[in-house]
Amino acid sequence: MTQSPHQLVTLVAERSVRDRLLDAIHSLGATGHTIYDVHGEGSRGTSAGHSHRPSVKIETIVTASVAERIVAHVTEQYFAHHAVILYVQEVGVVRGSKYAPHNRPAS
Amino acid sequence: MTEILTASLLSPVVLAFLLGAIAALIKSDLEIPDALYQALSIYLLFAIGLKGGVALSETPLGEVWRPVLATLALGVLTPLTAYTVLRRLGKFDVVNAAALAAHYGSVSAVTFIAAQSVALAAGVPAEGFLPALVAVLEVPAILVGLLIAYAGGGRAGSWQSALREVVVGRSIVLMVGGMVIGWIAGTEGTAKVAPFFVAGFQGALTLFLLDMGITAAKRLKDLRQVGPFLVAFGVIMPILHGALGVWAGTAAGLGVGGAAVLGAMVASASYIAAPAAVRVGLPEANPAFYLTASLGITFPFNLTIGIPLYIALARALAV
Repeated sequence: MTQSPHQLVTLVAERSVRDRLLDAIHSLGATGHTIYDVHGEGSRGTSAGHSHRPSVKIETIVTASVAERIVAHVTEQYFAHHAVILYVQEVGVVRGSKYAPHNRPAS
Repeated sequence: MTEILTASLLSPVVLAFLLGAIAALIKSDLEIPDALYQALSIYLLFAIGLKGGVALSETPLGEVWRPVLATLALGVLTPLTAYTVLRRLGKFDVVNAAALAAHYGSVSAVTFIAAQSVALAAGVPAEGFLPALVAVLEVPAILVGLLIAYAGGGRAGSWQSALREVVVGRSIVLMVGGMVIGWIAGTEGTAKVAPFFVAGFQGALTLFLLDMGITAAKRLKDLRQVGPFLVAFGVIMPILHGALGVWAGTAAGLGVGGAAVLGAMVASASYIAAPAAVRVGLPEANPAFYLTASLGITFPFNLTIGIPLYIALARALAV
């Protein structure tokens, strides 16, 4: 089966911003996501230090333009004051058409 | 005072808290899974709501409105006193002072529950409708804290989303929801679920406090970061607010137990609702300050020394 190049965007974030991040990535064009509870430590302390809850890791496979929009949004809104890690990897996806953004307005 | 203090310190609830703290300090592998912590907090919040609702359905409105008004006034006043102390004496910046003020004005439901069981054990049970006062006390202070910070403008967060976080947050939904269910079902209706929610309550609370002990002890390593002023603030502010609460409760017609528990509520600092709201509304504020102060200092203080002190004070005022 053919594989098409897409971007895997991964966010590791404190629990308090989970719902807002999910709303944002979907309104920016992501068609789905996978979420995990994770524990760890970084420059802003441990995941347990923020609330009594694990941090979250959100993965979404998107087109290059959607990935760019997500990076721009998260950079502008979250990096200054929140515990958020963001990285983008190129992945070869089977059934690439699944990840084409819907015609949703980008906020 | 000594008698209540001993009885309180030697209760399973406080001893479980100490055990949790010791376990964390000796680096035991004891860990309460997040799912159990969430389950216990849902159980406890829903149970106190339910019991409060049943009590409300049997209490004439005339007995309730004065304590409700007093609680509302305390909820607006205490963040202002905390803010003033933090700014004037502690030299905190506006955002961190406002964030801490929101925590110290709001209420810790677990402190309330502990105070209620200590008062019961000391022979001065509080009025049954007090959970309603917890719901009344939780929200205004967080709103006042956010308003103080937003008055200057140019904040990074959104106070609307922060307010939403409190009002639809799990503690308000469970407590107020439980209260409505208890009020509708009444004593007879809730008799069916009472074995689960009443008989298991103290045991669940004991396990919950074990977890609180672990969490509180882990915060102690941040004590150096927060400085001696905040440590002193975390002990002295509760005493002042607690005394104010006991006095206001007595003046509003609550009995000795009710006034003491209201004192403990006013003395307590929120560590579930307020941190969630403040993280959204005031992301610039440093969580190490408000979490360490409320969880690492004020909660253990109230649990061990504060609650017996407020009971003694309420007894003295009632004479």
